[in-house]
Amino acid sequence: MYDAPASEQKVTQNETKIAARNVQVFYGSTHAIKDVNVEIEDKTVTAFIGPSGCGKSTFLRCLNRMNDTIDICRVEGDILLDGEDIYDARVDPVQLRAKVGMVFQKPNPFPKSIYDNIAYGPRIHGLAKNKADLDDIVEKSLRRGAIWDEVKDRLHAPGTGLSGGQQQRLCIARAVATEPEVLLMDEPCSALDPIATGQVEELIDELRENYSVVIVTHSMQQAARVSQKTAFFHLGNLVEYGETGQIFTNPVDPRTESYITGRIG
Amino acid sequence: MPALWLLCIVLAIAVIGFFLGRARAMASAQGDARHLHSLPGYYGYNTALTVLVPALGVMIAWLILQPMLIQNAVSDAIPGTAYADTGALNLIMSDVRRVADGLDLAIAQGAMTPDAATALSTETTNIRETLAQVGVALGSDVEPYVLSAAQDYRRLNGIGHLAMTVIVLALAIGGFAFAYLRTNKDFRARNVVEKGVLAMLIFAASIAIMTTIGIVLSLVFNTVEFFKLYPWTEFFFGLTWAPSFGGGSELGIIPLFWGTFYISIIALAVAVPVGLFAAIYLSEYATPAVRAFAKPMLEVLAGIPTIVYGLFALLTVGPALVTVFGPDATGWMGGSRAVITAGLVMGIMLIPFVSSLSDDIINSVPQAMRDGSLGLGATKSETIKQVVMPAALPGIVGAILLAASRAIGETMIVVLGAGAAARLSMNPFEAMTTVTAKIVSQLTGDADFASPEALVAFALGMTLFVITLGLNVFALWIVRKYREQYE
Repeated sequence: MYDAPASEQKVTQNETKIAARNVQVFYGSTHAIKDVNVEIEDKTVTAFIGPSGCGKSTFLRCLNRMNDTIDICRVEGDILLDGEDIYDARVDPVQLRAKVGMVFQKPNPFPKSIYDNIAYGPRIHGLAKNKADLDDIVEKSLRRGAIWDEVKDRLHAPGTGLSGGQQQRLCIARAVATEPEVLLMDEPCSALDPIATGQVEELIDELRENYSVVIVTHSMQQAARVSQKTAFFHLGNLVEYGETGQIFTNPVDPRTESYITGRIG
Repeated sequence: MPALWLLCIVLAIAVIGFFLGRARAMASAQGDARHLHSLPGYYGYNTALTVLVPALGVMIAWLILQPMLIQNAVSDAIPGTAYADTGALNLIMSDVRRVADGLDLAIAQGAMTPDAATALSTETTNIRETLAQVGVALGSDVEPYVLSAAQDYRRLNGIGHLAMTVIVLALAIGGFAFAYLRTNKDFRARNVVEKGVLAMLIFAASIAIMTTIGIVLSLVFNTVEFFKLYPWTEFFFGLTWAPSFGGGSELGIIPLFWGTFYISIIALAVAVPVGLFAAIYLSEYATPAVRAFAKPMLEVLAGIPTIVYGLFALLTVGPALVTVFGPDATGWMGGSRAVITAGLVMGIMLIPFVSSLSDDIINSVPQAMRDGSLGLGATKSETIKQVVMPAALPGIVGAILLAASRAIGETMIVVLGAGAAARLSMNPFEAMTTVTAKIVSQLTGDADFASPEALVAFALGMTLFVITLGLNVFALWIVRKYREQYE
């Protein structure tokens, strides 16, 4: 079950980037997340695993307040980014989302050119001083998204014309272009074939150099391959959180063991 | 036998056929429906349809064709000296029909025996008085040839009706016998009935298509007729519209087109921003409660008859504009009827078109697009401006073009709000008129239908049709292109 990644040896204790304290989420009258406490470290890949409907995506969307767009959703408890409560009334959710970027399950490039897809965030946030600067940001982001070589000759072709794997890497590059501090990924590989998945996983491992990455995944192999920390959710509860190697080889909670060995899920 | 009775009899045969056919099928399966190829009802429907379709088809065709054929036969009998042209012949023929109907009525009321009616002669009886007694008033004394034609008419009609009754009944009974004898447990009644239903659907679709083709052809023929009488260069490039029924008209389309174009532009200048902004609010910002209330309210505007908008233009908007721009104020506006009046009101009429279609199109932009943009730290407004609108733009352009073709075809608001003067002017406070309004005024007078002054209406209609068709095709093409974008 656990194919030890090369990254495992490099695990070191990093400082906490996001801290969640007693987080509760309600959809109308449904209690979707129950009392979750978790500390997500900087420059680390953290994987959220668990069966469908266990609340891992909901919790992920709390971390950049994407749940604000859903009318019936209500969040209680504290989520601290660098020690600041992101649900505080003084925090602008729009600026928060610039700091905590998000990549979605289905690749969702805008119906614009590849260049404009990447330049979208930098333009909105005024990150580029001039055209040459913007060109630099676009190239740098596409290189970080490991897609530069494939698209450098057709930057002005529509982003929707790329293949699924390319589109997802384009979306990652687009998220990277706004210089976020945390990157949230909601099942980024579920719509991709194994080859594209491999490319995206490699990319995630590279992104760890600069960002704190949180990834929701249904594939336990993927969690084992890319992450250093793993959190197991079940029925809205955070059951177990720890070093990926420890979760997969020596889980403390019997529910975690049942899940990773395939007895529940 | 009157046609209604015949219809009832055929229907009765069909109903009886339904039950007998079903019973025969059940009997052939020894009463167990599982041995049948189809459900028992299908055998019944098969019999009923075999009775109905040929019999009623022949009956309808006969009822349409018989009067035409008899008319031709009888009009041959009228001496050529009695009339000068086809118009006079038509008058004589309507006399013939009145006399014939009058005689039928007299027999029905018992004022005359059938034999006496056949033996009538203009020399022995004053037919005008006789018919006046049964309530049929004739304009003049009956000429001998009219009476003889009327007698012919009655005789042929009688023969025709009898023949129709016999043939229709024969078809109904023959159809019944054919279907009944065919019915046994292996007969594939379901397939036959479904083919019948398919034929019915095709028939309905072809009626719609044929009607369209018929309308276009009548436009084309009359337009060709018009261009024989009036040079097309002057029609398309003439700068004056001055029809005079005494002849010597100038029928240039350009002033009318300018009016149409100008009023439509003002209407779109009102409808597009208002409609589009309303659509953005409703689809992106409004809470479900507001939306549930506001969207139907906006769509009520689309249900108001255009004549009501016309009254609104004439009685409310026009006078209101005059108080602001009229002789007592800035003095720009002479009267309440002006391009700006009609344009504003037409714009209000078009708001629900633009907003409703745009709302659907904006809603069809995938939520993933919005999430992607919001996830990058864009505000809602930036998301709408930079992601949702560009994605929806082709569809919105389609909606606007559809609204434009409505504006071009609109008549009542123009008639009541813009006046009737064909004028080439840039001033929106002047009265102007449009192509559609002029079509109405050219055809509602008592002009000779063969004169260019009346026929020009068809040429105007044809030109308008080509333009709106072009706009619609263009709009649909854009909308379709948009649909292909996401998958």
